[in-house]
Amino acid sequence: MFPKWFDKWNRENPKDIYRPAIAISVVGGAVFVAAALVAGGQPYATESLQAGPRGTGMSVPEFKVDLAQPDPDIEAFLASTSDPVVPQGDEEIAGETRENVVPGLEDLTVENYDRLLAAMREWTGIPDLFEDPANYQSSVGYLMIGMTRNINENWAGHVNANKEVGVTCYTCHRGQPVPNNVWFRISPVNDSVEGWSANQNRVTMQSQYTSLPSDALEKYLLDGEQIAVHDLESRVAGTPGVDDYASIQQTERTYSLMNYVSNSLGVNCLFCHNSRAFYSASGQITPQWATATLGIQMVQELNNTYLAPLDGILPEHRLGPVYGDAPKAACKTCHQSYQQPLQGTNVIQDWPELANSDEPDYGN
Amino acid sequence: MAEYQNIFTQVQVQGPPEMGLDGTGGRLMGERAGKPGFSTLIGWLGNAQLGPINLGMLGVISLVTGTLAFNIIGFNMLAQVGWSIPEFLRQGFWLALEPPSPEYGLSIPPLNDGGWYIISSFLLLVSVLLWWARSYQLAASHKMGKHVFWAFGSAIWLFLVLGLFRPILMGSWSEAVPYGIFPHLDWTTAFSIRYGNLYYNPFHCLSIVFLYGSVLLFAMHGATILAVTRFGGDRELEQIYDRGTASERAALFWRWTMGFNATMEGIHRWAWWFAVLTPITGGIGILLTGTVVDNWFIWAQEHNFAPMYDGSYGYEDYGSYEAFIGQED
Repeated sequence: MFPKWFDKWNRENPKDIYRPAIAISVVGGAVFVAAALVAGGQPYATESLQAGPRGTGMSVPEFKVDLAQPDPDIEAFLASTSDPVVPQGDEEIAGETRENVVPGLEDLTVENYDRLLAAMREWTGIPDLFEDPANYQSSVGYLMIGMTRNINENWAGHVNANKEVGVTCYTCHRGQPVPNNVWFRISPVNDSVEGWSANQNRVTMQSQYTSLPSDALEKYLLDGEQIAVHDLESRVAGTPGVDDYASIQQTERTYSLMNYVSNSLGVNCLFCHNSRAFYSASGQITPQWATATLGIQMVQELNNTYLAPLDGILPEHRLGPVYGDAPKAACKTCHQSYQQPLQGTNVIQDWPELANSDEPDYGN
Repeated sequence: MAEYQNIFTQVQVQGPPEMGLDGTGGRLMGERAGKPGFSTLIGWLGNAQLGPINLGMLGVISLVTGTLAFNIIGFNMLAQVGWSIPEFLRQGFWLALEPPSPEYGLSIPPLNDGGWYIISSFLLLVSVLLWWARSYQLAASHKMGKHVFWAFGSAIWLFLVLGLFRPILMGSWSEAVPYGIFPHLDWTTAFSIRYGNLYYNPFHCLSIVFLYGSVLLFAMHGATILAVTRFGGDRELEQIYDRGTASERAALFWRWTMGFNATMEGIHRWAWWFAVLTPITGGIGILLTGTVVDNWFIWAQEHNFAPMYDGSYGYEDYGSYEAFIGQED
C-alpha cells in the first residue's frame, strides 16, 4: 500500500506513537473540558430553597433550567379566566332567563352566569356541560361545584396557607373531563397470599414504583388510619401492631405515602421534616409540615364526602379497574408536582361565584 | 520478569492437581468429591485449580436445606405473580417472601401469611448453622486455629439478631426481615424511620466505624503487600517469622507516613477484629432497638449528643417561593 521506502524507514525507526497519543489526548481532553466549564459555567446548575437553620442541610434543590420554565398550565388558565362583571343591580338573573340553570347559581347575573359556564366547560373539557340535567356529568358537576366552594371556604388553612390562591375546577381538571392524577383502590396486589404479604412488593403507581405497600392512599386518605409511627419518648413498651405501637409494616406504608407526597409536590423530605428526625416533639418542625397535615385532612374529607360516593352516579367505564370504585383525589390531583398548584397562581380572584356558598362578593 | 499471583495473574501454574495433605488417616481424602480440573478463567482471579471439595455430611445437609429455603422463597414469589414467568422476571427485584403479619405475634401463622416464611427461615437457619459447624470441623481437621469459624459466627450473630432474637424479644415474627431484593431494603429504611433515626444509635455508629475501617484497612494492607511483592512481601508467613527487607520497607513506609505502623502479623489481627466487630456491634444496636430504646433521636437528645438547632424552620424566613421560581412581582 505504502511505497517501499516508507515501510523501510518505519521498520528502521521504530517509535511508540500510541503512548504519547493517549497522553496528549487525555491532557488535551481535560484542558478542553476545563475551558468549557470555565467559559460556559456549570451545565446543570441548581438553586436551593433553604428550609431550616444553617448547618442542618435542610433545602430543596431544583435545576435552574427547570425553575426558569413556568408551569405551562398557568398560561392556559390565564387564557380561560376573565374579570367578573360587577352587578349594578338592574341586571337580568340567570334563573329567570336561562334554561337548566345549575342549582345554586340561579341568582347570578346573566353575564356572570354565562361567563362561569363557559369557563367551567373549558376547564373540564366538556363542551356541553350542564346542558342536559339528566346527564350524569351534570349530577357530578353539581356536587363538584359544592366541593370547590367547600375547599375555598373551609380549607383556607391549607389552600391559602401562604397567600390567597383558591381553587377552581381547573386546579384538578386542567381541561380533562377526568383529572389526570386520580387514584383507585387496587390492593391486594399479590395472588395466593394474605395480610401484609398481599398489599406490597409490586410495581404500581400507588407505591410510586417502589416495593412499598400499594394501599397507602386507601388506608390513610380514605380510611383515615394513623400515619405517624414514631414514639415521642425514648422508651415506650409495646408489641408491634398492637394498640398504638406501630409495626415495621405500618412504617413501610407511611413511607409509601410520604414517597407519594414528595413526588406529588416535587419536593424532598426536608421541605417539611427536619434533617435529624422525621418528627420531633421539641418543635424542630416546619410550617409546611402543618400545612401538609391540613392537606391530608382535607383530602380525607373530599374523598369521603364528595368523591367516593360518586360510584353510584358515574358510568362503569369511569370506575376503578379492580373494585369499580369512584376515582379519588390526593396531593398530586391538584399539585401536579409543584409545591403549590399552578405555582401559586391566584385562580380564585376572578371567580367569587366559586369562593363560597353564599352570595358572591364582587367587591361592590 | 513475570509478575506472579496478582489480579489479573499474568502467569498461571497448571500442572498435576494438588491433592493436599491428609492428617486424619484417610478420612479427609475419602470425603473429597469431584475430579479436580483447571480453568484459565478462574486462574485469573485465584488458583487455577478447581476441586476437589470436601463437603462432608454437614456440607451436604447445609446445601440441601439452603436450596430448599431458596426454592421456597422463589416459588412463593412466583405464586404471588400468578405463576407467570415473565412477571416473575419483570418484578423479580420487587417481589418478596414476607414475614407473618403482626397479628400473629409469635404464634404459627397460616402458610400464605408468613407460614412459608417461618419454614424457609428454619431451613435457612439449619443451613447456615451447619455450614458454620463445617467451618469448625474443617479447621480442626487441618489443625488450624478457629479464626474463620469465629469470624463467620459474628456474621451469624447479626443474622440471628435480625431474624430470631429480636423478633422473640419484640413478641412478633413480623419484625423479621423480608426475603426480597428491594423489600429487605424497605425493611432497613423503615427500621430507621420507625425507631427515630438509627444514626443516633451508638452501636450503629460503631458498626459503621468498623465497616468503613475494614475497607480502609483492607485497602492499606492489600496495597502495602502488593507494593513489596517484588521484595518477597507476598510471602507473608515467612516475613512474619523471618523479617526481611519487604517487611522493613512496608513498616518504614507507614511509620514515616503516619508515625505508627502495624506489624506483619498484627495487621491481620487489626483486619480480623475490624471485620468481626462490624456485625457484632451492629447486632447489639439492632437488638437494643425497640427493646430498650424506641426513639434514638430522643434518646440522643436526653444524652446530650443530638444538638438542638433553634433557628427558623420553614422557607419563609430564608426567601420566598415566588423568588425561588423567579416569579416575583
